[in-house]
Amino acid sequence: MKTNRTSEHYVAPVEETPLLATDAVKVDDAPLSLWADAWRKLRRRPLFIISAIMITLIIVVAVFPGLFTQVAPDNGCELANSNGAPTEGHPLGFTFQGCDIYSRIIHGTQASLMVGVFSVISVLIIGVTLGALAGFFGGWVDTVIARLGDIFFALPIVLGALVLTQLPLMRENRGVGTVVLVLVVLGWPQMARITRGAVIEVRNADFVTAARSLGVSRIGSLVSHVLPNALAPIIVLATMELGVFIVAEATLSFLGIGMPGSVMSWGNDISAAQASIRTNPAVLLYPATALSITVLSFIMLGDALRDALDPKSRQR
Amino acid sequence: MIQFVLRRLLQVIPVFLGTTLLVYFMVFALPGDPIRALFGDRPPSEAVIAQLRQQYNLDEPFWVQYGLFLKNLFTFNLGVDFTGQPIADTLARVFPVTAMLAIEALIIQGVFGIAFGLVAGLRKGGFFDSTVLVLSLVVIAIPTFVLGFALQLLIGVQLGWAKPTVGSNVTWGSLLLPAVVLGLVSFAYVLRLTRASVIENMNADYVRTATAKGLARRQVVMTHVLRNSLIPVITYLGASLGALMGGAIVTEAIFNVPGVGQKLYQAILRSEGPTVVAIVSVLVLVFVLANLLVDLLYAWLDPRIRYEN
Repeated sequence: MKTNRTSEHYVAPVEETPLLATDAVKVDDAPLSLWADAWRKLRRRPLFIISAIMITLIIVVAVFPGLFTQVAPDNGCELANSNGAPTEGHPLGFTFQGCDIYSRIIHGTQASLMVGVFSVISVLIIGVTLGALAGFFGGWVDTVIARLGDIFFALPIVLGALVLTQLPLMRENRGVGTVVLVLVVLGWPQMARITRGAVIEVRNADFVTAARSLGVSRIGSLVSHVLPNALAPIIVLATMELGVFIVAEATLSFLGIGMPGSVMSWGNDISAAQASIRTNPAVLLYPATALSITVLSFIMLGDALRDALDPKSRQR
Repeated sequence: MIQFVLRRLLQVIPVFLGTTLLVYFMVFALPGDPIRALFGDRPPSEAVIAQLRQQYNLDEPFWVQYGLFLKNLFTFNLGVDFTGQPIADTLARVFPVTAMLAIEALIIQGVFGIAFGLVAGLRKGGFFDSTVLVLSLVVIAIPTFVLGFALQLLIGVQLGWAKPTVGSNVTWGSLLLPAVVLGLVSFAYVLRLTRASVIENMNADYVRTATAKGLARRQVVMTHVLRNSLIPVITYLGASLGALMGGAIVTEAIFNVPGVGQKLYQAILRSEGPTVVAIVSVLVLVFVLANLLVDLLYAWLDPRIRYEN
């Protein structure tokens, strides 16, 4: 009887219960925000670490190309070296014009990266503003912006590029800015669409209603309460689009409507390589590889960010 | 249902008008004189130029030109292009070619993308899954024209397995290589979308129920997981049909396919407003109809979705 009683009222030692873990949580500590939590997740992902190292390296190459090669990329090309094989000091060989391929890749990084960065920043400004207004206010604002997006979506990229590059202002100084303008005009609807969806998901949340009832204006609640909580998909898309825009610059150059030939970019080099692709594939292969690795780095970063920021995928 | 379809078709009208207006204006704004460009080094007399200008309504202001174009469009008269060919004939020639290319690419990306995505999703975290995930990122990162040139050189020229270019004699077989190039990037997206969707559905309550009541795994996967996973994939495939029809400019250039992309590119370079707008108009219609078809497919895939009230 007595033994029965003790077993009925058996109390496990504290170490065997989950109480210690519960006690370890400090109630006064602020809970981890979405961002802090994502950062803790990211630090352990090999995909994130690899892509972050790659992107850092690419940025350093773009800013200080002189650190990586002493060979001049444009002058100093000797036609005697046309399509030449790799030699001492020229590890990747020569182009049709006898320029050093390695040096051109290093010096071309800057233009390609600049197109990507400036395009993404501009698309963010336009797309997020319009998308947030459409999602937050709904009604006719939404309809007008959505249909406007449809129209730009249906526009052929070649036509848009041809017309925009021929604008008087653009014709004077064709360069990075022209390509950025084309990519932004044709690329903003995608960002607007994603922002709109994210804003709609958040706009009726309790904390937004609370802010409104405390007297925050509609625009105020949009800027300081809705948008910060809708940022995750926007950041993911922006990271991936950076890679997509770099590819788009190369495609425009391929079609002959990108940056002028005097600007050194991977797209221009790949486009120029078409002529000698069957005799000297290296001319195409190396800039294309540089481009693909850069794009891959940004897409991998976006992929890792998506995994870290998406609460739905985190539960699994 | 019919009401829903009608409402959607009505919404096409403003988008259609907006697109044609914008495109027409952009062609109008293109620099250079398309009529003078028709003649080579020997300029024609001013009378001939004036006559041609009048024939193509180029002497009218922009709004009148656009109005005349719309009037002709609604009487099913697309007119002739600068070489005197009826535009309707040109459309009838190039659209079937691109449609063949697009359908072939759509089948490749749909069948292989869904199959690979399903297998990867069912074995999440396995060897096949990890390999396919990384490979799909690599495919996305390589620009289409690099992929096109590389495959053309490897399969078409060096191995000789396929004709490197298509040319005027278009067959399903000769379009296979361009279709693979065209479909590869979307294949990667379809794969990733299917995988994510399958993983989500594997944890759904109805899948647990189906397994618990003793259904074979095959039946659970095919009818419960796959069918429910297809909704986002179908959305993407529908949107990509529009992109495939219009965005094949690069692929068609590499493989010399006489399709819509090539024709559009030439017409833009020649500032042939009527041809450009006619092609873009058909593209807009294809885009809208594809999206409508997708919405109707939803109801079939998920009977909970109903479009009546």
